[in-house]
Amino acid sequence: MEATSGRGVRPERPLSPHLQIYSPLINMVMSILHRITGAALYAGSLLLAWWLIAAASGPDYYNYVSSWFATWAGKIILLGYTWALMNHMLGGLRHLLWDTGHGYNLKTIDILCWGSLAASFLLTAIIWAFVALGGI
Amino acid sequence: MKTMRTPLKKVRYLGSAKEGADHFWKLRVTSVANVFLGIFLVWLIVSLLGADYATVRQKLGNPLIALALLGLILSGTIHMRLGMQSIIEDYVHAEGPKLAALMLNTFFAIFIALASVFAILKLSFGA
Repeated sequence: MEATSGRGVRPERPLSPHLQIYSPLINMVMSILHRITGAALYAGSLLLAWWLIAAASGPDYYNYVSSWFATWAGKIILLGYTWALMNHMLGGLRHLLWDTGHGYNLKTIDILCWGSLAASFLLTAIIWAFVALGGI
Repeated sequence: MKTMRTPLKKVRYLGSAKEGADHFWKLRVTSVANVFLGIFLVWLIVSLLGADYATVRQKLGNPLIALALLGLILSGTIHMRLGMQSIIEDYVHAEGPKLAALMLNTFFAIFIALASVFAILKLSFGA
Protein backbone atom coordinates (compact mmCIF):
# COMPACT_ATOMS: atom_id res chain seq x y z
CA MET A 1 0.00 0.00 0.00
CA GLU A 2 1.42 3.34 -1.00
CA ALA A 3 0.16 6.80 -0.28
CA THR A 4 -1.44 7.89 -3.53
CA SER A 5 -3.47 10.87 -4.54
CA GLY A 6 -6.49 8.73 -3.89
CA ARG A 7 -7.26 8.34 -7.58
CA GLY A 8 -5.23 5.16 -7.97
CA VAL A 9 -2.38 6.76 -9.96
CA ARG A 10 0.76 7.90 -8.20
CA PRO A 11 1.54 11.40 -9.48
CA GLU A 12 5.05 12.28 -10.64
CA ARG A 13 6.37 14.46 -7.88
CA PRO A 14 9.85 15.97 -7.62
CA LEU A 15 12.20 13.81 -5.55
CA SER A 16 13.82 15.23 -2.46
CA PRO A 17 17.56 15.83 -2.77
CA HIS A 18 19.71 12.84 -1.89
CA LEU A 19 23.23 12.24 -0.56
CA GLN A 20 25.21 13.73 -3.43
CA ILE A 21 23.55 17.13 -2.94
CA TYR A 22 24.77 17.72 0.61
CA SER A 23 28.27 18.49 1.79
CA PRO A 24 29.22 15.89 4.39
CA LEU A 25 28.29 16.57 8.00
CA ILE A 26 29.69 14.51 10.85
CA ASN A 27 26.33 12.99 11.84
CA MET A 28 25.74 11.97 8.24
CA VAL A 29 29.25 10.53 7.87
CA MET A 30 28.87 8.56 11.13
CA SER A 31 25.48 7.25 10.05
CA ILE A 32 26.98 5.99 6.78
CA LEU A 33 29.98 4.55 8.62
CA HIS A 34 27.63 2.78 11.03
CA ARG A 35 26.03 0.96 8.12
CA ILE A 36 29.36 0.21 6.40
CA THR A 37 30.97 -1.12 9.58
CA GLY A 38 27.84 -3.20 10.23
CA ALA A 39 28.16 -4.78 6.79
CA ALA A 40 31.90 -5.32 7.36
CA LEU A 41 31.23 -7.07 10.67
CA TYR A 42 28.63 -9.20 8.88
CA ALA A 43 31.31 -10.43 6.49
CA GLY A 44 33.81 -10.66 9.33
CA SER A 45 31.58 -13.10 11.20
CA LEU A 46 33.01 -15.67 8.77
CA LEU A 47 36.41 -15.15 10.41
CA LEU A 48 35.03 -15.87 13.89
CA ALA A 49 33.22 -18.99 12.67
CA TRP A 50 36.39 -20.09 10.83
CA TRP A 51 38.48 -19.61 13.98
CA LEU A 52 36.02 -21.58 16.13
CA ILE A 53 35.79 -24.41 13.59
CA ALA A 54 39.60 -24.47 13.45
CA ALA A 55 39.81 -24.76 17.23
CA ALA A 56 37.31 -27.62 17.13
CA SER A 57 39.17 -29.37 14.29
CA GLY A 58 42.45 -30.13 16.02
CA PRO A 59 45.95 -28.68 16.47
CA ASP A 60 47.09 -28.97 12.85
CA TYR A 61 44.23 -27.01 11.35
CA TYR A 62 44.20 -24.53 14.25
CA ASN A 63 47.89 -23.76 13.73
CA TYR A 64 47.28 -23.41 10.00
CA VAL A 65 44.46 -20.88 10.55
CA SER A 66 46.47 -19.04 13.22
CA SER A 67 49.35 -18.66 10.78
CA TRP A 68 46.92 -16.97 8.36
CA PHE A 69 45.82 -14.48 11.01
CA ALA A 70 49.47 -13.84 11.85
CA THR A 71 50.36 -12.66 8.34
CA TRP A 72 50.50 -8.92 7.59
CA ALA A 73 47.31 -9.16 5.54
CA GLY A 74 45.64 -11.07 8.37
CA LYS A 75 46.71 -8.49 10.93
CA ILE A 76 45.48 -5.60 8.81
CA ILE A 77 42.10 -7.32 8.40
CA LEU A 78 41.90 -7.95 12.15
CA LEU A 79 42.89 -4.33 12.85
CA GLY A 80 40.09 -3.20 10.53
CA TYR A 81 37.72 -5.65 12.20
CA THR A 82 38.62 -4.24 15.62
CA TRP A 83 37.97 -0.67 14.53
CA ALA A 84 34.71 -1.64 12.78
CA LEU A 85 33.57 -3.40 15.96
CA MET A 86 34.43 -0.43 18.18
CA ASN A 87 32.91 2.13 15.83
CA HIS A 88 29.73 0.10 15.37
CA MET A 89 29.45 -0.53 19.12
CA LEU A 90 29.86 3.15 20.01
CA GLY A 91 27.56 4.16 17.17
CA GLY A 92 25.01 1.69 18.49
CA LEU A 93 25.24 3.19 21.97
CA ARG A 94 24.76 6.65 20.43
CA HIS A 95 21.67 5.41 18.62
CA LEU A 96 20.32 3.79 21.80
CA LEU A 97 20.59 7.19 23.50
CA TRP A 98 18.80 8.84 20.57
CA ASP A 99 16.12 6.11 20.72
CA THR A 100 15.21 7.41 24.16
CA GLY A 101 14.54 10.83 22.64
CA HIS A 102 17.56 12.50 24.23
CA GLY A 103 20.66 14.09 22.73
CA TYR A 104 19.06 15.80 19.73
CA ASN A 105 20.49 19.22 20.47
CA LEU A 106 22.62 20.11 17.40
CA LYS A 107 25.71 20.71 19.50
CA THR A 108 25.13 17.45 21.40
CA ILE A 109 24.80 15.56 18.11
CA ASP A 110 28.17 16.91 16.94
CA ILE A 111 29.83 16.07 20.26
CA LEU A 112 28.38 12.54 20.28
CA CYS A 113 29.45 11.88 16.69
CA TRP A 114 32.98 13.27 16.98
CA GLY A 115 33.31 11.69 20.42
CA SER A 116 32.32 8.21 19.27
CA LEU A 117 34.64 8.49 16.25
CA ALA A 118 37.57 9.53 18.44
CA ALA A 119 36.74 6.88 21.04
CA SER A 120 36.62 4.16 18.36
CA PHE A 121 40.20 4.99 17.34
CA LEU A 122 41.29 5.23 20.97
CA LEU A 123 39.79 1.86 21.93
CA THR A 124 41.29 0.24 18.83
CA ALA A 125 44.70 1.65 19.78
CA ILE A 126 44.35 0.37 23.36
CA ILE A 127 43.34 -3.13 22.21
CA TRP A 128 46.24 -3.29 19.75
CA ALA A 129 48.62 -2.03 22.39
CA PHE A 130 47.70 -5.22 24.28
CA VAL A 131 48.23 -7.17 21.07
CA ALA A 132 51.67 -5.61 20.59
CA LEU A 133 52.56 -6.48 24.17
CA GLY A 134 51.66 -10.09 23.42
CA GLY A 135 48.34 -10.58 25.16
CA ILE A 136 46.95 -9.79 28.60
CA MET B 1 -12.82 18.26 19.49
CA LYS B 2 -9.64 19.91 18.27
CA THR B 3 -9.33 18.23 14.93
CA MET B 4 -11.61 17.17 12.16
CA ARG B 5 -9.36 14.22 11.29
CA THR B 6 -10.60 10.76 12.14
CA PRO B 7 -8.36 8.41 14.16
CA LEU B 8 -8.02 6.20 11.07
CA LYS B 9 -6.66 9.12 9.03
CA LYS B 10 -4.00 9.70 11.69
CA VAL B 11 -2.64 6.16 11.71
CA ARG B 12 -3.05 5.18 8.06
CA TYR B 13 0.29 4.48 6.33
CA LEU B 14 2.19 4.70 9.62
CA GLY B 15 2.76 0.96 9.76
CA SER B 16 1.42 -2.04 11.56
CA ALA B 17 -0.10 -1.66 15.00
CA LYS B 18 0.71 -5.29 15.81
CA GLU B 19 4.21 -6.57 15.05
CA GLY B 20 5.48 -3.52 13.24
CA ALA B 21 8.04 -2.75 15.94
CA ASP B 22 9.26 -6.35 16.10
CA HIS B 23 12.28 -5.79 13.83
CA PHE B 24 13.18 -2.52 15.54
CA TRP B 25 12.91 -4.00 19.02
CA LYS B 26 14.85 -7.21 18.33
CA LEU B 27 17.65 -5.14 16.81
CA ARG B 28 17.79 -3.04 20.01
CA VAL B 29 17.65 -5.97 22.42
CA THR B 30 20.44 -7.82 20.61
CA SER B 31 22.47 -4.61 20.31
CA VAL B 32 22.48 -4.22 24.09
CA ALA B 33 23.55 -7.85 24.51
CA ASN B 34 26.22 -7.40 21.84
CA VAL B 35 27.86 -4.52 23.71
CA PHE B 36 28.73 -6.83 26.59
CA LEU B 37 29.37 -9.94 24.51
CA GLY B 38 31.48 -8.01 22.01
CA ILE B 39 33.73 -6.70 24.79
CA PHE B 40 33.96 -10.28 26.06
CA LEU B 41 35.02 -11.48 22.58
CA VAL B 42 37.77 -8.88 22.33
CA TRP B 43 39.04 -9.85 25.79
CA LEU B 44 38.90 -13.57 24.89
CA ILE B 45 40.85 -13.18 21.65
CA VAL B 46 43.47 -10.86 23.10
CA SER B 47 43.96 -13.22 26.06
CA LEU B 48 44.52 -16.14 23.64
CA LEU B 49 47.11 -14.38 21.47
CA GLY B 50 50.04 -16.62 20.78
CA ALA B 51 48.66 -19.34 23.04
CA ASP B 52 49.33 -22.96 22.05
CA TYR B 53 46.50 -25.24 20.95
CA ALA B 54 46.05 -26.99 24.31
CA THR B 55 45.52 -23.64 26.06
CA VAL B 56 43.06 -22.42 23.43
CA ARG B 57 41.10 -25.66 23.62
CA GLN B 58 40.98 -25.63 27.37
CA LYS B 59 39.83 -22.02 27.49
CA LEU B 60 37.14 -22.41 24.82
CA GLY B 61 35.95 -25.57 26.59
CA ASN B 62 35.47 -23.69 29.86
CA PRO B 63 31.68 -23.71 30.54
CA LEU B 64 31.43 -20.00 31.33
CA ILE B 65 33.39 -19.00 28.24
CA ALA B 66 31.42 -21.42 26.08
CA LEU B 67 28.14 -19.98 27.43
CA ALA B 68 29.20 -16.41 26.70
CA LEU B 69 30.37 -17.44 23.22
CA LEU B 70 27.06 -19.18 22.53
CA GLY B 71 25.25 -16.03 23.67
CA LEU B 72 27.41 -13.90 21.39
CA ILE B 73 26.77 -16.17 18.42
CA LEU B 74 22.99 -16.22 18.96
CA SER B 75 22.65 -12.52 19.65
CA GLY B 76 25.20 -11.56 16.99
CA THR B 77 23.71 -13.61 14.16
CA ILE B 78 20.16 -12.40 14.91
CA HIS B 79 21.43 -8.82 14.99
CA MET B 80 23.44 -9.07 11.77
CA ARG B 81 20.59 -10.77 9.93
CA LEU B 82 18.17 -7.98 10.90
CA GLY B 83 20.71 -5.28 10.05
CA MET B 84 21.53 -6.74 6.64
CA GLN B 85 17.79 -7.12 6.00
CA SER B 86 17.42 -3.34 6.39
CA ILE B 87 20.33 -2.74 4.02
CA ILE B 88 18.84 -5.08 1.41
CA GLU B 89 15.39 -3.53 1.71
CA ASP B 90 16.91 -0.07 1.30
CA TYR B 91 18.92 -0.78 -1.84
CA VAL B 92 17.39 -3.77 -3.66
CA HIS B 93 14.04 -2.75 -5.05
CA ALA B 94 13.26 -5.35 -7.73
CA GLU B 95 11.04 -7.99 -6.18
CA GLY B 96 12.90 -11.09 -7.40
CA PRO B 97 16.46 -10.09 -6.46
CA LYS B 98 15.17 -8.68 -3.16
CA LEU B 99 13.53 -11.96 -2.17
CA ALA B 100 16.66 -13.86 -3.22
CA ALA B 101 18.93 -11.53 -1.25
CA LEU B 102 16.71 -11.70 1.85
CA MET B 103 16.72 -15.48 1.63
CA LEU B 104 20.51 -15.65 1.18
CA ASN B 105 20.85 -13.30 4.16
CA THR B 106 18.90 -15.71 6.36
CA PHE B 107 20.89 -18.69 5.06
CA PHE B 108 24.19 -16.93 5.73
CA ALA B 109 23.22 -15.94 9.28
CA ILE B 110 22.02 -19.47 10.05
CA PHE B 111 25.18 -20.94 8.52
CA ILE B 112 27.40 -18.77 10.72
CA ALA B 113 25.28 -19.60 13.77
CA LEU B 114 25.26 -23.36 13.15
CA ALA B 115 28.96 -23.62 12.29
CA SER B 116 29.98 -21.60 15.36
CA VAL B 117 27.58 -23.32 17.77
CA PHE B 118 28.66 -26.73 16.49
CA ALA B 119 32.32 -25.83 17.01
CA ILE B 120 31.70 -24.52 20.54
CA LEU B 121 29.67 -27.59 21.52
CA LYS B 122 32.32 -29.90 20.06
CA LEU B 123 35.00 -28.09 22.06
CA SER B 124 32.88 -28.46 25.19
CA PHE B 125 31.63 -32.04 24.81
CA GLY B 126 33.87 -33.59 22.16
CA ALA B 127 36.52 -36.11 22.99
